[in-house]
Amino acid sequence: MLGYTITQWLFGILSFLAIMFALMVVFSRNPVNSVLYLVLTFFCIAGHYILLNAQFLAIVHIVVYAGAIMVLFLFVIMLMNLNQNDEPQKTWLSKIIAAVAGGMLLFVFVGSLKGAEQLNLTAYGSSQIGTVKNLGKVLFSEFLFPFEIASVLLLAAMVGAIMIGKKETK
Amino acid sequence: MINSISINYYLLLSAVLFTIGAVGVMARRNSIIIFMCIELMLNAVNLLLVSFSTLHGDAKGQVFVFFIMAVAAAEVAVGLAILSMIYRNVKSIDTDLMTNLKN
Repeated sequence: MLGYTITQWLFGILSFLAIMFALMVVFSRNPVNSVLYLVLTFFCIAGHYILLNAQFLAIVHIVVYAGAIMVLFLFVIMLMNLNQNDEPQKTWLSKIIAAVAGGMLLFVFVGSLKGAEQLNLTAYGSSQIGTVKNLGKVLFSEFLFPFEIASVLLLAAMVGAIMIGKKETK
Repeated sequence: MINSISINYYLLLSAVLFTIGAVGVMARRNSIIIFMCIELMLNAVNLLLVSFSTLHGDAKGQVFVFFIMAVAAAEVAVGLAILSMIYRNVKSIDTDLMTNLKN
């Protein structure tokens, strides 16, 4: 099909959808719509992970982000009754300044990529690095200590969230 | 699956996603949407880590993504607790109203 392989078609479609949904996250008025568009963006990124042979990471990404974090966001929005369309907006001047600053940031990123070597992902890639077996081996041998520290971090975050979130009793 | 896409396209895609997140942080007043834009920026970086991990055939990049996910989950839990506390006190999560640390 027009000289492109099916992987390249999938990459193009997924990238287009991810960028569109990401733009909708920023531009939609209703916070609930923003959350739903962000979930769709995460699904597109999970598709990219599958294209990159990171199958386990794709599943974990969907479970953790779309399943846990975004549900937390939705809960908080519903608790605060924020699902309205008439929230206050920034002035046009600050929006234009933000757009110009973002454009300059993108300009710097793209400028730093200019002249970079074109490396195809087939260069060294083996399709086995993203499997559960291989990742588990790396995670539980080389990264065992950071893994345990991450559990302490999650415990501290849980205790902190409960401490901050509970009502003050004097 | 055989992947024959140049790394430069992944770099470009991540740069665009990161920029959209950064613009969202600068252009919106709703704290929750600012939070979501930060998640978007984290995901752009994750995508880049995974693509370089595939390029080099090294699983360490994917392990880093696991740790970023764990830290993001902790950050979201604490951040949303702080936001709900602010909402309880100020009755709004508009960033332009949060100019005082203490009343």
